[in-house]
Amino acid sequence: MHRFLGFVKKEFFHIFRDGRTMLVLFGIPVVQLLIFGYVVTNEIKDIKIAIFDQSKDEVTIEISNKIISSGYFKLEKNLDNISNIEEIFREGYVKEVIVFEPDFARKFEREGIAAIQILADASDANTANLIVNYTNAIIMDYVKKVNGSNQMPMKIEPEVRMIYNEGMKGVYMFVPGTMALILMLVSAMMTSISIAREKEMGTMEVLLVSPLKPFQIVTGKVIPYVVFAFINAVTIIVIGHFVFGMPIKGSVLFLLAESFLFISMALSLGILISTMAKSQQVAMFISVFVLMLPTLLLSGFIFPIENMPVILQWLSYIMPPKYFIIIIKNIMLKGTGIAFVWKETLILFGMMLFFIAVSVKKFKIRLE
Amino acid sequence: MSSPSIRVESVSKSYGETKAVNNISLTVEKGELYGLIGPDGAGKTTLFRMLTSLLVPDSGKAEVEGFDIVNDYKNLRRILGYMPGRFSLYHDLTVEENLAFFATIFGTTIKDNYDLIRDIYIQIEPFKNRKAGKLSGGMKQKLALSCALIHKPEVLFLDEPTTGVDAVSRKEFWEMLKTLQKKGITIMVSTPYMDEAALCDHVALIQKGNILSIDTPEKIRSQYKFPLMRIRTDNMYILPVDLRSFPGSESAYRFGDSVHFSTKEELQHPGLRNFLESKGHHQIEIEKIEPDIEDCFMAFLRNEKREWRNNRL
Repeated sequence: MHRFLGFVKKEFFHIFRDGRTMLVLFGIPVVQLLIFGYVVTNEIKDIKIAIFDQSKDEVTIEISNKIISSGYFKLEKNLDNISNIEEIFREGYVKEVIVFEPDFARKFEREGIAAIQILADASDANTANLIVNYTNAIIMDYVKKVNGSNQMPMKIEPEVRMIYNEGMKGVYMFVPGTMALILMLVSAMMTSISIAREKEMGTMEVLLVSPLKPFQIVTGKVIPYVVFAFINAVTIIVIGHFVFGMPIKGSVLFLLAESFLFISMALSLGILISTMAKSQQVAMFISVFVLMLPTLLLSGFIFPIENMPVILQWLSYIMPPKYFIIIIKNIMLKGTGIAFVWKETLILFGMMLFFIAVSVKKFKIRLE
Repeated sequence: MSSPSIRVESVSKSYGETKAVNNISLTVEKGELYGLIGPDGAGKTTLFRMLTSLLVPDSGKAEVEGFDIVNDYKNLRRILGYMPGRFSLYHDLTVEENLAFFATIFGTTIKDNYDLIRDIYIQIEPFKNRKAGKLSGGMKQKLALSCALIHKPEVLFLDEPTTGVDAVSRKEFWEMLKTLQKKGITIMVSTPYMDEAALCDHVALIQKGNILSIDTPEKIRSQYKFPLMRIRTDNMYILPVDLRSFPGSESAYRFGDSVHFSTKEELQHPGLRNFLESKGHHQIEIEKIEPDIEDCFMAFLRNEKREWRNNRL
């Protein structure tokens, strides 16, 4: 036991003395979270619009106010000439122009029909789609209110509600995703690199010749990273909750337990990589291409799995982060317990056992 | 008659097509300082790794202190000290931390075994708070030796401990080994430096996985049967070529700043001097010398080649 503790202590020395390791361990998680939080977002907020109101009556003004005060849009300019529309789009700041036809209120009240034209800058197609939908929703909402008092003929209107993420907030997507990504990075990549480094420096030879058991060498290597990965998990949850307003509806303890399971799974994957990689560079390479990219692309973190080609969908089934993301979304957003995520938990657990079994089989008590 | 410390019986090891170690047998007595001498790529490291249980031989058997290197590797690892070729130290740990770490993983402390390493460690102790990566080659070597010794091994394997170390440190290092030997530790050391062979009790000359000769350094030298001289002229570049064209020439090799020249039979200096002058050499110095291990090594190599050629014919 004394031997083992000595080994773990040495491992902490390595981490604390290497600036790059410290940066990867503590700098990157926070920076990445903030980048995803503030930059990579598909939320609508303060989109600049212009309004060309040819009627300027109480209805158009009310609709305009409703749109502007929604928080999603910001009025950049009131236009007074149709030819200004193209000009203002060209300038590039304004993403949407709303045009009210002349005599809007009168037509609306008398004939029950009035036209609004919504023009959107679709050079960014996704955003254009989103802002048009938002505008539509606001206008429909107004129409409904007016109709409600007038007892207009019955009309079926689908009411779409985005459950668990009413505001379609990006934060609900990227906090679980970033967490999966960072825990994978810290756990799998850092352990595999640190074991590969011993091989590269030739110190592995001496460790193998020492009375330390291979099991002790590997566990000793892994323990510091369990600690740091767990600290990272907590940091991400705290920042996600207090800075970005990510709710935690379920049990925090259960959330941490699942994080711990995922960390262990990623670490055993890291050990597996290190049994294959002879140098730090190879370990890094495998980690990035086998872990990072699939985590980003195939786990449902950035792109929805349902929209992928069938082959990639199958591939996503063997991506561990996919299950972790499902689990933590369930816990944080729906507040469910083990009863609803036992399947995913079991899959992660199975993956962990599999990686450990293969590593143990592949780990060499000798050099070849 | 006590049993030997290391016994190797027809051990072979190949990497793919390359035979790194080819049917090697040798015996090292307890308390001996045994040298494994050969150039880079001779198979020294492979043999060391097999004896330290890091590699399994393809065929053959070997025992260290009675422990089979394959089946009994766990017990073997307890009693051996191993210093790999590249002084495997943790460069980001200080001198003292390195030593303490290796002491801990062997279940001991610096204090318990300070006696054994004192003479060596005392020289690097002033730098004990310096990172190992910032040490000179000589200091790294001393630290690595201290680390390999910290658990009082019965057998010490030192793989090229003097490579990349300055001449003064090399000399000091061999003195340290002599001191350790007096404490009863069996030491097997490999080196590409032939001049270090003279300091061992027994040497095995090894080349391309084959052992050329095993004997005491004195006996190996006494087997050298050609007259040998050291020659220097103003045109060292062409000298070996010219010497080989001399009638009755056996060999001519560049050794540092001179050429070692041997002839098949005893010959008179003026004849050689006249020959060299006729080839346009000036400032000719010829001096008769005793062969050293490297001369012998080269002679063994030539023998091998001749035998090989004869076998083919």
